[in-house]
Amino acid sequence: MADNNILVKTRDLSFKRGDRVIFDGVDIDIRRGSVTAIMGPSGTGKTTLLRLIGGQLKPDKGSVIVDGENVHELRRSQLYQLRKRMGMLFQNGALLTDLNVYDNVAFPLREHTNLSENLIHKLVLMKLEAVGLRGARNLMPSELSGGMARRVALARAIALDPMMIMYDEPFTGQDPISMGVLVRLIRLLNDALGLTSIIVSHDIQDTLSIADEIYLLAGGKVVAKGSGDELKQSSSEWAQQFLKGQPDGPVPFHFPAEDYADDLLDGKPGRAQTRM
Amino acid sequence: MLDPIQNLGKSGLRFFERLGRACILFARILGGLHTLIPRLGLVIYQTYSVGVLSLLIIVVSGLFVGMVLALQGYNTLVDFGAEESLGILVALSLVRELGPVVSALLFAGRAGSALTAEIGLMKATEQLSAMEMMAIDPVHRVMAPRFVAGFFAMPLLAAIFSAVGVLGGYFVAVGVVGVDEGAFWSQMQDAVDLRDDIYNGVIKSVVFGVVVTWIAIFEGSDAIPTSEGVSRATTRTVVHSALAILGLDFVLTALMFGEI
Ligand SMILES: Nc1ncnc2c1ncn2[C@@H]1O[C@H](COP(=O)(O)OP(=O)(O)OP(=O)(O)O)[C@@H](O)[C@H]1O
Ligand SMILES: [Mg+2]
Repeated sequence: MADNNILVKTRDLSFKRGDRVIFDGVDIDIRRGSVTAIMGPSGTGKTTLLRLIGGQLKPDKGSVIVDGENVHELRRSQLYQLRKRMGMLFQNGALLTDLNVYDNVAFPLREHTNLSENLIHKLVLMKLEAVGLRGARNLMPSELSGGMARRVALARAIALDPMMIMYDEPFTGQDPISMGVLVRLIRLLNDALGLTSIIVSHDIQDTLSIADEIYLLAGGKVVAKGSGDELKQSSSEWAQQFLKGQPDGPVPFHFPAEDYADDLLDGKPGRAQTRM
Repeated sequence: MLDPIQNLGKSGLRFFERLGRACILFARILGGLHTLIPRLGLVIYQTYSVGVLSLLIIVVSGLFVGMVLALQGYNTLVDFGAEESLGILVALSLVRELGPVVSALLFAGRAGSALTAEIGLMKATEQLSAMEMMAIDPVHRVMAPRFVAGFFAMPLLAAIFSAVGVLGGYFVAVGVVGVDEGAFWSQMQDAVDLRDDIYNGVIKSVVFGVVVTWIAIFEGSDAIPTSEGVSRATTRTVVHSALAILGLDFVLTALMFGEI
C-alpha cells in the first residue's frame, strides 16, 4: 500500500440498520502506533464502527482497509487470519462463562499456539498481573464485578500480542485507581509493544490525556477530528458542545423522535406496554 | 383484501430463509468436523453433557414403557391364548418404534432444549462474537462438538431405552402376569431380526439424533439475542424437533417396513 503509515482506513463508509442510517460516508484514518479515540453521543454507532472494522458487520457502501487488506472482500479463512492480529475488548467483557478467569485468558493462547502449559501459565499470570487480577485467577466470570470482568477481557485481548486493539469503553465501571492504572496500561502497551489502539470512550479527561488523535462522530458523520488540544481550540460547535457536555448545540441528546408536544397529546401507547 | 396473501407470502419467505440458513450452518458444521481432531476432549465433554446426563430420564421412561407394553399386550394376547408371544410384542415395538421415537422425544426435551438455551445465551452475552473476534470460529469450537455428541449419544440412548424396556417387559410378563420365562425369551430371539429390526431401529435413531441436534444448534445460533428470544427459540426447538421426529418416523417406517 502507498500509505504504509495508516493501519486502518475507512472510505465513504455507509451502514444502515433497517431504514435508519447509522453511518453516511465516514472517512477515518488510524495511524500505526497511535492511540486514536472515537467519541460521540450514545447510540451514534461507535460499537458498530468497531464491528465494521472487525468484519462482523458488512457496510452497505464504502470500504474498510486494515493493514492493506479490504476486510469485507476477504474470504473467511483470510479474515480469521487477520483477526488473529486484532484484539477487541467488548463493551460488556464477553468472557466465556463456562471458563474461569485463568482459562479465559489462556483460551486464545491454547487455541492459536502450541505453547506448553508451563509457558501459557507464565504468560497468563503476566497478563493478569498487568490488570491487577492475578489473585482472581480462580474466580468464575459470574463472580466478577463489571469492572473486573472488563479488565480480565483486556488481559485476554492482549494475550496474543496483537498488532492493534480496539477498546469499547474500557473505562466504564472503573474506580479512580484502576482507571488511572488502565489509562497508563493502554498507553504503555501501545508504546512498548508498538500496538495501534482504538479507544471508544465517553470519559473526556482521560481520553484526551492519552489519545493522539480524536474522531468525534455524530449523526452518521465525522463532525470533528484532531488532537486533544486542537479539538479544545477548535471553533467547531460540535466539538465545543461535546467537550463541555452542554445540552444545547448541534449534537442531539435525543434519539430521533416526532415532535414532543404532538407525541404527548397523541396518547398512543408505546409498544412495551402492550407486550409486558 | 391482499393482506392475508401478503402475510402468507411473507411467512413463506421467512420459512425458506431460515431453512436456507439452517442448511448453511449444517454444511459449515460438517465442513468443520476435521477441526475436532485436536479438540477431542470437547467432544467427550459434550457427549457427557448431552448423553450421560440424559441417562436417568431415558432409563426410567424405558422401564415404564416396557412394563406398560407388557401389561397392555398381555390383556389382548391372552384372549387368543397367545400370551407367550408377549416377548415378541414388547421387543419389536421397542426396537422398531418406541425406542427410537420416545427416546428422541425425550432427548429433544432434555438435551435439545439445553443446547438451544446455552448457545442462545452465548449469543446474547456476545460470547460468540468475542470468539469470532479472537479468530476462533464458533461453528468449530461450540457447535461442531455438540453436533457430534448428539450424533453418537442418540443411538446409544435409544439402545439403552429399548434394552431397559425389554427388561421392564420381562419383569411384568414373567414376574407379574406369569408368562413362561423360556417362551418369553426364545420367541423373542426367533422373531427379532438383526437386519430388519435392529439395524432399522438404529438407522432411525441416528437420523433423529442428527435432526434434533441440528434443530437445537440452529435455533440457538439463530435466536434473537434477548431473554425473550432465547426462550422462544427453546420452545421452538422442542416443538419442531417433536414434529420432525414424528414426521420422519412415518417416512422411515414406510420406507423400511412398508410394502410401498
Ligand atoms: N442489533 C441491532 N439491530 C438494530 N439496530 C441496532 C442494533 N444494534 C445497534 N443498533 C442501533 O445502532 C445504533 C448504534 O449502536 P451502537 O451500539 O453502535 O452505539 P454506540 O455508539 O456504541 O452507543 P453507546 O455509546 O451507548 O455504546 C443505535 O442507535 C442502535 O439503535
Ligand atoms: Mg457502544
